[in-house]
Amino acid sequence: MYVRAHTWWTILRIALEERLVYRGDFALGTLMRFLPIITQIFLWWAIFESIGGGSAEKVEIANFTFPDMVAYYLLTMVGRAFSSMPGLASGVARQIRDGEIKKFLIQPVDMVGFLMLSRIAHKLAYYSVATLPFALVFYLCRGYFSAGWPDPLTLAAFIASLILGFLLGFFLETSIGLIGFWFLEVSSLLFVYMLFSFFLSGHMFPLDMLPEPWNLLVDLLPLKYLAYFPAAVFLGKVSQDELMLQLGIQVAWILFFIFLSRYLWKRGVRRYSGFGG
Amino acid sequence: MNVIELKQLTKTYRVYQKKEGLVASLRGLFQREYRDVNAVRGIDLTVAKGEFVAFLGPNGAGKTTTLKLLSGVINPTSGTAQVLGYVPWERKNAYRRRFALVMGQKNQLWWDLPANESYRLHQQIYRIEPAKFERTLDELTDLLSVRELLRQPVRELSLGERMKMELIAALLHSPEVLFLDEPTIGLDVIAQHNVRQFLKQYQLERQTTILLTSHYMKDVAALCERVVVIAHGQVEYDGSLAGILDRFSGHKIVTLAFTENQMPPDLTLFGEILEVIPPKAKLRIDRNVVAKKLASLLSHYSVEDVSVEDPPLEDVIADVFSRAARSKEA
Repeated sequence: MYVRAHTWWTILRIALEERLVYRGDFALGTLMRFLPIITQIFLWWAIFESIGGGSAEKVEIANFTFPDMVAYYLLTMVGRAFSSMPGLASGVARQIRDGEIKKFLIQPVDMVGFLMLSRIAHKLAYYSVATLPFALVFYLCRGYFSAGWPDPLTLAAFIASLILGFLLGFFLETSIGLIGFWFLEVSSLLFVYMLFSFFLSGHMFPLDMLPEPWNLLVDLLPLKYLAYFPAAVFLGKVSQDELMLQLGIQVAWILFFIFLSRYLWKRGVRRYSGFGG
Repeated sequence: MNVIELKQLTKTYRVYQKKEGLVASLRGLFQREYRDVNAVRGIDLTVAKGEFVAFLGPNGAGKTTTLKLLSGVINPTSGTAQVLGYVPWERKNAYRRRFALVMGQKNQLWWDLPANESYRLHQQIYRIEPAKFERTLDELTDLLSVRELLRQPVRELSLGERMKMELIAALLHSPEVLFLDEPTIGLDVIAQHNVRQFLKQYQLERQTTILLTSHYMKDVAALCERVVVIAHGQVEYDGSLAGILDRFSGHKIVTLAFTENQMPPDLTLFGEILEVIPPKAKLRIDRNVVAKKLASLLSHYSVEDVSVEDPPLEDVIADVFSRAARSKEA
């Protein structure tokens, strides 16, 4: 056990060093990511204002006031900083196509575990650079968080939802990448996934705005945990008894994708080694 | 003790046949045609501990496929194999800690980091004792004289330097069996020589069992006492390098330098003419009659110099390959 932990630590440390080679690239990228939000905020400002007949105050859309809306977008940024996995699925598919995957058949190391540690390192490197711009933006926008800091329990649930969001995003995208064992190119599949994810994760708009049948669908899908859920928890939109149930569903989805990725890896390797590597 | 045992090992790939043209491509979306490729067709081979064996063969002969089978990357279609008592394609961690595969064109080091860091990682995944790790790394860096390169990002190294680093990565866990697939491909003459020297010395000291594929006859001549010629997925020859000549070449190359104007008018009486630049002539003479023909030449004509040689190994092997190709087509 100790030996294994040490191995994990070494992989993590080396992957972290590798990522830090690109830290300059990160710093710029982080700030740029806030740009699309600004256009969205202006858009909502116009909508709130036109509904309110010239004044955006006191207008509510699906229980969101204008400040709520701004706070929501900023919080989904945090959620996505945990759950989004740039290059993971396409990277796995590329490794399968190029035969780099052989490394994991020859060396005594588990691919999914290795990818996970690299991804944690990737994220840590990102946070080390991104925390500052994030803090700055949140500080400047503190006025929009009308309710102030949530209570400790809610805050704990928020942090849990972020970490679970990371796990869900990781195993979901790994599973998509492993489909590369059957289709050499997964980019169109990935595109469809991104499209659905964009609308149904809450990245585009708060999911409370969806009409009835869709609402239920979104509640059952894993996508909302990638962006909407952490933000909703932070803003107190999820009631106490709902919270445990929702977290339960999230954990169930994570388990599902863990098993799916294991299964795909096993079947994929069998296919790969049968067909010729 | 046999380290490697292959019995009637075969591997057949199913390859998708893509037809030319748009219509055919569209049809291919629904109804695919496959073709079977017999990459390895019943290979029997045993290798004892400490042997250094070369696999020779034309491209597509099944050399790399065999190495892939032995390192567990692919499963065979039929037949059995045991390496160090393990079935390779079960991919047990215990087996994976005891062998290494080096592919000349594949990179296992982290591109943006110094090789040192990749070695630390290998230390962990192969569970190498720290003291032993330091000692082995020390030895290998000295042998390959790359100490000052350890801290340089791998992407900044030359191809030859990178190959040396790859070799170190593969040898850190002191594998008992080593598979080398074209380790000198793309290297310049000096780098090839260095890698060769290193492998020779390493093998001499460690008695590691090594299987090597290479297109460079010099690699083979310098390193391997035993040569296995594979063509069309089958073993065509298994023995010493010199033995290839005895077995496959029925000729000697005789070069004669005649005294001024003493060249016989019809050299074809003595053998096949390869080259004539008076007063010199190069003949190919059947091995069985070399002595007789030479005696007759020397007694009838005035000869200043004579040499009798085996044909170049490359030519003989090329001949073996093309013969194998013809017999397959027939």
